[in-house]
Amino acid sequence: MTGADFQSLSPLLILSGGATVLMLQIAFVRSVNLTATLTTLILALAALSCVYAGQIEEQRVTPLLLADQFALLFCALFCAAAAVTALLSHDYIQHHGDEPEEYFLLLTLSTMGACVLAYAVHVASFLLGLELLSVSLYALIAYPNKSILPLEAATKYLVLSGAASATALFGFALLYAVTGTLEFSTLGTRLGETISGQPVLIAGAAMVFAGMAFKLSIVPFHLWTPDVYDGAPSPITGYLASVAKAAVFIAVLRLFLEADLFRYQLLVELIGLMAILSMLAGNLLALLQTNIKRMLAYSSIAHIGYLLIIFMAYLTSGDRALTVEAAAYYLIAYTATTLAAFGLLTLISAQQVERENVELHHVTGLFWQRPLLAALMLVAMLSLAGIPLTAGFIAKFYLFNAAVNGQNWTLLGSLILGSGIGIYYYLRVVYYMTRRPEHQPIEPGTTQSWREFALPGALIATILLLGTMPQALMAFLESIL
Amino acid sequence: MSMVVLIGLLLIGGVIAWWTERINSDWPRWVALATVSAALLYLLRIAASLSLESFELVPDPHDGASWLLHLKLAWIPRFGINFELAMDGLSLLLVALTLLLGLIAIASSWSEIDFKTGFFQANLLWTLAGVCGVFLALDLFLFFLFWEVMLIPMYLLIAIWGHENSGYAAMKFFIFTQFSGLLMLLSIVVLAWQGAATNGLLSFSYFDLLGLPLEGPLAWVTMLGFFIAFTVKLPGFPFHTWLPDAHTQAPTAGSVLLAGILLKTGAYGLLRFCIPLFPDISAQFAPVAMGLGAAGVIYGAILAFGQTDFKRLVAYSSVSHMGFVLLGLYAWNTLALQGAVMQMVAHGVSTAALFMLAGSLQQRLHTRDMRQMGGLWHQAPRMGACAMFFALASLGLPGLGNFVAEFLILLGLFAVQPWLCAVAALGLISAAIYALWMMQQTFQGEPDTDRQMRDFNGREMLAMTTMIVALIGLGLYPQPVLDLVQPTLDALQHEVRSDFIRAVATTSAAQ
Repeated sequence: MTGADFQSLSPLLILSGGATVLMLQIAFVRSVNLTATLTTLILALAALSCVYAGQIEEQRVTPLLLADQFALLFCALFCAAAAVTALLSHDYIQHHGDEPEEYFLLLTLSTMGACVLAYAVHVASFLLGLELLSVSLYALIAYPNKSILPLEAATKYLVLSGAASATALFGFALLYAVTGTLEFSTLGTRLGETISGQPVLIAGAAMVFAGMAFKLSIVPFHLWTPDVYDGAPSPITGYLASVAKAAVFIAVLRLFLEADLFRYQLLVELIGLMAILSMLAGNLLALLQTNIKRMLAYSSIAHIGYLLIIFMAYLTSGDRALTVEAAAYYLIAYTATTLAAFGLLTLISAQQVERENVELHHVTGLFWQRPLLAALMLVAMLSLAGIPLTAGFIAKFYLFNAAVNGQNWTLLGSLILGSGIGIYYYLRVVYYMTRRPEHQPIEPGTTQSWREFALPGALIATILLLGTMPQALMAFLESIL
Repeated sequence: MSMVVLIGLLLIGGVIAWWTERINSDWPRWVALATVSAALLYLLRIAASLSLESFELVPDPHDGASWLLHLKLAWIPRFGINFELAMDGLSLLLVALTLLLGLIAIASSWSEIDFKTGFFQANLLWTLAGVCGVFLALDLFLFFLFWEVMLIPMYLLIAIWGHENSGYAAMKFFIFTQFSGLLMLLSIVVLAWQGAATNGLLSFSYFDLLGLPLEGPLAWVTMLGFFIAFTVKLPGFPFHTWLPDAHTQAPTAGSVLLAGILLKTGAYGLLRFCIPLFPDISAQFAPVAMGLGAAGVIYGAILAFGQTDFKRLVAYSSVSHMGFVLLGLYAWNTLALQGAVMQMVAHGVSTAALFMLAGSLQQRLHTRDMRQMGGLWHQAPRMGACAMFFALASLGLPGLGNFVAEFLILLGLFAVQPWLCAVAALGLISAAIYALWMMQQTFQGEPDTDRQMRDFNGREMLAMTTMIVALIGLGLYPQPVLDLVQPTLDALQHEVRSDFIRAVATTSAAQ
């Protein structure tokens, strides 16, 4: 390994070094404040190191990892999102766990898994990243050990996600049996050389497909999502919905690009069909929810459906770079927005230990009691609904452009229909927040830490900035694709 | 830059109004009043600084530089999106109307709103800013942005300060307009990529997208995306169902804004974007659109007559009157277009006044049910006189603005579609029925002697007088308004006609 290799892997090195430091720190001194601060610093440093890593040319580090600008961009995003999660968790986890220090260690490890996924160009690194991410998440979901719901959610996630990983693993094994390689690009070439339509190949592809669809919670593999999202602690739900999903999506996208799987039209059309199902089912089921976390779970299914449009668009579009760019922008916008939405749920339930479920009526009058938090929720909801001036709108605008370019009218129709339905349940949250409080108002937080002002402020600013001044990010994305 | 200052003034005024609430709940009203007055004065100053000849110059629809004001700043070069604002006579007129009705809205909310006055006035000012943006934006992306963003403060106005069923009404309003907005967004994107295919350059500028050769089913769908979005807002006949609910539940100022100016953005969109961007398809579509307009005129009038709720009656009368606008726009000749613009202004003023009256009645009687009113003239003669005046204006009494507008539309329409014109003329008669019926039920008849009612005070009379003077002025001497918009109408008509001729020429040449 050369110096350049180390430089291009610096985010991963910092994360693994940081995890070791955290472990040692916890072994000697137990202090939540120290661990939380240290974790945030490590994650922030890892995010910054992506800039340093990006100064050199694209590097292939061992056959497993490819350090290009695209990987580094998402590494930075995941680390930043994890840092926000760590900050959000600080107050929350103190009330919910007995010994909360390891929580932050797990968060760091899980983020490392996400970053490995961003780098992965090989099935081995892909699975390594995936498992590092998932296994840490099982423990994170079950962390608040005072109540039954997180335990239920973690068990559910453990069993189902484990089964999905095993399925994908077996699928990759079958593909390996036919092609004799695990590297994405060689896999693509070899697949092109073999006779298509072999039962083993089809079985392998189907198993990989099912495993990934489960991880991304695409309809009809979505059934676990609402229960797990509902049961998991709010900051982890936000992490699960944003970083975990985006990481898997990026890795799958990379697999499709490197192995050029877009030439299998049937496969892409199947994705298109599942996109339509996800958009419609996600939005329709979200309509029925009164629990905000469950509603956001279904809405995340719908959003993955929107995002999957780019697979079909890539197939038919004349401007393929635009579709990948659209996916990247969408993921960034969606991550920021999801963190904001779950961040609010975390902040309002941090003081109330008992109330993990946030029902719609719990936010009644929030606008008049905690204006900043309500503003955060307002911006997050408008961004999810895709209203202009927010990041979500520009993301949706990107999708419109990509899909119009690819002339995917059916998908566009479902996108419009889905967004139309979505407006109702997002706006319902806003409506409840702006209602005049009648009975018991939400008691103002006793401890108003700086985090409660700085974090919502920063998230609002990010979402609005991405929504009004998107040119800088757009130009950057265009330059790296 | 002056247009940015104008919009920015309203936005910042809103923030200040919200902030001053902490000091005193009376301040926001004064801040809002000062802001809108300042904006109005600033607009007059801009207009006064332009030379008189420039108002007669026909603005070239392909070149923003020939407009009264034009501003273009690079914004999102990735997609060829610019921050492009431009003003011609039509925009100037509508922005002036917006600000004037903004003053009326503030006046009508003065004593009605006592919950969170600062946030209320802020939303009111932001709505005004959004509407001004809609009337000035000439980049389709920017236009869409203003179009959608102005709905959020309007939604909050209805949802927070509305009446008993405001959540439902606000939601319905938002979903109707947002969903149709998404269709328009799709159309805008399709149009831009069509432009990229033709001009070789992706651009969302109105000036670049005008006159694209569009044909086939895709062009039809694209045109319908615009048409539906604008007709929902207008509201045209099958898409009007959100309007009665939203109007009924909105606070008075919300109704004034909604009826006075938000509906006009739909008409403006049709006139500025939908028809000129798709000239030949619109020409083929015109009979359908006019049919919908005529249906709206009659249907709105019949439903208005059937209402017992004062605000619902006025809301349905809006459907009827805006049907005339749709008729006038798709007749697309000078007289009809003049009439449509006139109707936008006159209906804005007269309906705003009627909603203000309805709001005052509700504030005093705590009901909008006309069956519980009657004989109010005895207790509140000033209100009665004002109501009489605006009811007459609404039914199209000669000498008032609405008559000029509807007469011009019918005159222009007769040349194109005599039968539809005959049907629409029935709307004038039915307007007389429901307007007088309304007067009879509320202000005439036996007064309820137990009832104590305060008449209009000085502030309310001032607002009413302004609108009375405006309508009489428009009715007796409409020429200045028509002169102001004539260059724009000439330019648009030239654009559409030349395209239409070209389209016909190419089809005959192909044969």
